[in-house]
Amino acid sequence: MATLLQPALRTASAAEVQPVIRVEDVHKYYDLGETKVHALRGVNLEIAPGEFVAIMGASGSGKSTFMNLLGCLDTPSSGHYYLEGVDVAQLGKKELASIRNRKLGFVFQGFNLLARTTALENVELPTLYARLPKEERLERAKRALEMVGLGERMEHFPSQLSGGQQQRVAIARALVNRPSILLADEPTGNLDSRTSVEIMQIFQDLNDQGLTVVLVTHEADIAHYARRSIVFRDGKIRRDEPVMNRPEAAEVLRTLPTLED
Amino acid sequence: MDFTSILRIALRALARNKMRSILTMLGIIIGVGAVIATVGVGQGAQQQVQNNIASMGTNLVFVSAGSVNRGGLRLGGGATKTLTYDDMKAIVQESPAVASAAPGSSASAQVVFDNNNWYTRVNGTEPQYFDIRSWPMASGTSFTGDDVRTAADVAVLGETVRQNLFGSADPAGQTIRIGNLPFQVVGVLAAKGQSGMGADQDDAIYVPITTLQKKITGQPWLQYIVVSAVSQQASYAAQEQITALLRDRHRIRPGQDDDFQVRNLADVAQLADQSSRIMTLLLASIASVSLIVGGIGIMNIMLVSVTERTREIGIRVAIGAQEADVLKQFLSEAVVMSVIGGAIGILVGAGSSLGISHLLHWPISISPLAVVAAAVFSTMVGIFFGYYPARKAAQLDPIEALRFE
Repeated sequence: MATLLQPALRTASAAEVQPVIRVEDVHKYYDLGETKVHALRGVNLEIAPGEFVAIMGASGSGKSTFMNLLGCLDTPSSGHYYLEGVDVAQLGKKELASIRNRKLGFVFQGFNLLARTTALENVELPTLYARLPKEERLERAKRALEMVGLGERMEHFPSQLSGGQQQRVAIARALVNRPSILLADEPTGNLDSRTSVEIMQIFQDLNDQGLTVVLVTHEADIAHYARRSIVFRDGKIRRDEPVMNRPEAAEVLRTLPTLED
Repeated sequence: MDFTSILRIALRALARNKMRSILTMLGIIIGVGAVIATVGVGQGAQQQVQNNIASMGTNLVFVSAGSVNRGGLRLGGGATKTLTYDDMKAIVQESPAVASAAPGSSASAQVVFDNNNWYTRVNGTEPQYFDIRSWPMASGTSFTGDDVRTAADVAVLGETVRQNLFGSADPAGQTIRIGNLPFQVVGVLAAKGQSGMGADQDDAIYVPITTLQKKITGQPWLQYIVVSAVSQQASYAAQEQITALLRDRHRIRPGQDDDFQVRNLADVAQLADQSSRIMTLLLASIASVSLIVGGIGIMNIMLVSVTERTREIGIRVAIGAQEADVLKQFLSEAVVMSVIGGAIGILVGAGSSLGISHLLHWPISISPLAVVAAAVFSTMVGIFFGYYPARKAAQLDPIEALRFE
């Protein structure tokens, strides 16, 4: 599992290490014709390599907008967003696509797998856009699927997989290009509670190996599995604190009744 | 992305909506098929016209007695009596571009054999006539130079006349009556079919020119002279030389009308060739309209497909697809459809033009140029009509696209 990821970075102290994400006074406006929506009103944030951050907030709090900015799907109206020291706000579409491909891994609420496309091919997709040679693409996709425990179901279509399995395919896809950050937008929103904990266990495992994870959720008990929790309200960060009494997903799973999926 | 991956993804996407893809391709299949078939049939027809013209004899120059203007009264073609056997001999001797010539005159007459009779054209000529017109005998022989000298009562039948007089009987050595005169049949000409103008060339009887002049028409002058030039290129020179020679021999002063006509069959051939070429072009351009309609069909389906797959596009962009990647993906689907459609269309078009040629007994002609043009054109149709939907897909906002249900 560790071989797929970059060398663990969180052993270094935060002081010497450049933050993987640094957001400075970011604003975002949406011009909807007559009305102007001020979605983000001056957000400042630093995330060090190896952190596990949960971003919470009600709908309309700006957390989704912020997630889109972190994911380089959108650019700020003003302010700076440094991803590994590079100011993303200055980049063009091509560079942003390249960053999404190589540095970021996305996991969505709705899984967002391509229908009628096998698990293996879904996972292979980012490597295709990274223009890796064919053998390496297959090799990486297989390893990523084995990592999330789906080595036996590579040729299955999404419709033949349970929700939890589909989300694990999505996680494998997010990891296949060895990103610096895993961004998860409500990854457990469509899953039952046991499966949710299973997904959180995967995230905790990945984080333990040094991967930076940023998780957006509105469920407090899911946010608990992170190490740091940030709360958005009205386009600003209202609270930013470490998580106390962080449960180990593996432990929690043992207490839950086993329902085989 | 490499070419094979793009192709694989495009084929997979098309296979997902088989019926839709096939119907969309059908537009291109019909368009390309129609172009290939019309060009093929058109060229077959053109070939057929050329064969017909060639069957009239190559390098042919046709001299006929012209109209004459006597004190304001203009008589029709063939009315003059000035074209003579000596003119013919002079043409052969004095025009360097002329290889040989044969005299001709004709009259219509009722011919009878046994219980059958037939109204046909009786032509008087000399044996070299058949060589000039490259017209072989189907059976028997031509009449000879001796027959011409002695004005012998011998006849060569055209195929149509033979059929009407003899049916399945053997005409060799039989005696027929032309008017009231008995003639011995010495040969039957091979069937030649229609002339370039549509007249049945086989509906004729040939007798020695002397026999015709002395015993049938009683006219010593010629109605026409058939000339063969030394080559096809020389036929224009022959035309000029003959004109100059005959004006001189007939003492026509400069400014006066000719009392003869010299027609070059190369002109006729060119005209017929040109008209069938224009016809082919016209048909092909009508057919290519259906190819454009097919292209619009592709554009329509690709636009639907882009809308349906908005979410897929969003996912691809989110995980790092470049605009160019998405563009290529959708463009390649359109091009794959148009290329496959084009390939099937070529087969369908070639097949149907073979069928039509076979049915009409025309020479088979599948133009390689039309095949290449159709292949290139259908690919271009795919690119042209696929580009707009593909660009639309590539420029989708990923956030909007991911939200799309």
